[in-house]
Amino acid sequence: MTAMIKVHALQKHFIMHNQGGIRLPVFSDVAFDVSAGEALILHGESGVGKTSLLRILYGNYKPSSGHVLVRHGEDYIDLATATPRAILTVRRKTIRYVSQFLRVIPRVTTLDIVKDPLLARGIDDTMATEKAKDLLSRLNLAERLWHLAPATFSGGEQQRVNIARCFVDPASILLLDEPTASLDAKNRDVVVDLINEARESGAAIIGIFHDEYVRDRVATRRLDLTQFKKAA
Amino acid sequence: MSTIKNRLSVDENAPILTATALTRLYGERVGCRDVSFSLWPGEVLGIVGESGSGKSTLLRCLAGQDRPTSGTIALNFDGVPINLFDISEPMRRQLMRTKWGIVHQNPRDGLRMDVSAGGNIGERLMDRGDRHYGKIRSSALDWLSRVEIETNRVDDYPRQFSGGMQQRLQLARVLVPEPKLVFMDEPTGGLDVSVQARLLDLLRVLVRDLGIAAIIVTHDLAVARLLTDRLMVMKDGAVVEEGLTDQVLDDPHHAYTQLLTSAVLAA
Ligand SMILES: Nc1ncnc2c1ncn2[C@@H]1O[C@H](COP(=O)(O)OP(=O)(O)OP(=O)(O)O)[C@@H](O)[C@H]1O
Ligand SMILES: Nc1ncnc2c1ncn2[C@@H]1O[C@H](COP(=O)(O)OP(=O)(O)OP(=O)(O)O)[C@@H](O)[C@H]1O
Ligand SMILES: [Mg+2]
Ligand SMILES: [Mg+2]
Repeated sequence: MTAMIKVHALQKHFIMHNQGGIRLPVFSDVAFDVSAGEALILHGESGVGKTSLLRILYGNYKPSSGHVLVRHGEDYIDLATATPRAILTVRRKTIRYVSQFLRVIPRVTTLDIVKDPLLARGIDDTMATEKAKDLLSRLNLAERLWHLAPATFSGGEQQRVNIARCFVDPASILLLDEPTASLDAKNRDVVVDLINEARESGAAIIGIFHDEYVRDRVATRRLDLTQFKKAA
Repeated sequence: MSTIKNRLSVDENAPILTATALTRLYGERVGCRDVSFSLWPGEVLGIVGESGSGKSTLLRCLAGQDRPTSGTIALNFDGVPINLFDISEPMRRQLMRTKWGIVHQNPRDGLRMDVSAGGNIGERLMDRGDRHYGKIRSSALDWLSRVEIETNRVDDYPRQFSGGMQQRLQLARVLVPEPKLVFMDEPTGGLDVSVQARLLDLLRVLVRDLGIAAIIVTHDLAVARLLTDRLMVMKDGAVVEEGLTDQVLDDPHHAYTQLLTSAVLAA
């Protein structure tokens, strides 16, 4: 199977310059591959570095050393050394990231937020709108909310917008940080189905889920980050 | 057989602007020093930093309004490379009129206050050589609605508009000739928060739809996050950190950037 992400000798620490230059080690020597059709679940106690790792895989945090090879088209690009423009291109075509909370853009409506990844890839507006509506219905987001900006939505409603934006156009790599945390059982199950469908059609998934039930239904493999903590 | 790459095809395109070792001194005082970077077509670059760090000085040099003490600015429009300060004054003016736009913090500096709203937009089309009155008028009306000003205000003067409307009118005036490169210094500076949000959203959409390259100076990190792809952080005239905007803001490495990002509530 094709490896979609290859992580090699990854190390991350933070230097807090305004707190006496204290060095905060997170992890070191992290190495793993994730292939198309796999779902790797990251676990370990709070603060072990799950979110930091996922952010590095998205190019949002910089590795302190090591490599993150992402399969983009036919090649691998190393996010540790890629230019900002290359990272933006990889995000547009290859990687989707669902954060734990939606970052709301003022005045942009739900439908526009969800359509955006399709439009950015050149899909025409009618098709994009149709797909976005299908997904919002499937996630049980009330139709009266579609033409509103999510600033005033509840946590669970905002999170479903965030999820819809990811799954409207599932890319070959999906990074999921607690996407089901603020959802009720019914919607949680919809998300579990969406993840499994994306995986079965070839996506590589790396996720963080606190809920054991979700982990069991989604995981094909697990990685405990505690082992990388020691000499960070 | 797949290979490991450090660059993608996007990295092979020619930049639209390359600044090399730009320095502007005011006597003993440093305006900006040793600034080098490239900007590509369609890319939005933010410049942030505290008051007096040299943001406006740098922007004025880049926009050809001020001459750097040393350093060069290479431009590349339509595959023709030129050096901004090597060409004649008339050529530079011509370039500034047709290829780029400047959005001023104070709309009064960017608008003709004694000309109607429609005239402020139409004038730029006439500069470009358009002569057909009907077309100019309909284009002006079109742009008024794009920047969310009621088209029945077309014959009103800017002073009859609110600050936010004046700023939107300035945007229309700058963008109507479809510049390739736009410079903005604190474009939402004097506006209150709700008006800012509207203008920002408008800017975000216009910049994306027109595919223009832009350099935006702002002290507001939330504005930078919303509008820019890439960020440069300035301190004492020099660039201390640069990179992908969300990466610089979420994982700042320089002491000054860490101070800047912790000083504001979650940008
Ligand atoms: N931008 C940052 N600057 C400084 N320290 C950070 C930053 N981001 C994360 N950290 C630190 O890195 C460590 C790992 O944090 P991270 O958020 O990755 O943990 P996590 O495993 O996701 O925890 P949780 O399960 O609570 O979400 C923590 O000590 C955290 O304080
Ligand atoms: N025309 C000038 N003559 C002398 N000194 C100047 C001139 N313009 C700027 N300076 C000085 O250059 C330095 C940088 O100023 P600049 O206006 O570029 O800062 P800035 O980052 O835009 O600040 P602000 O956020 O307050 O607008 C300051 O020390 C300023 O006093
Ligand atoms: Mg976390
Ligand atoms: Mg200034």
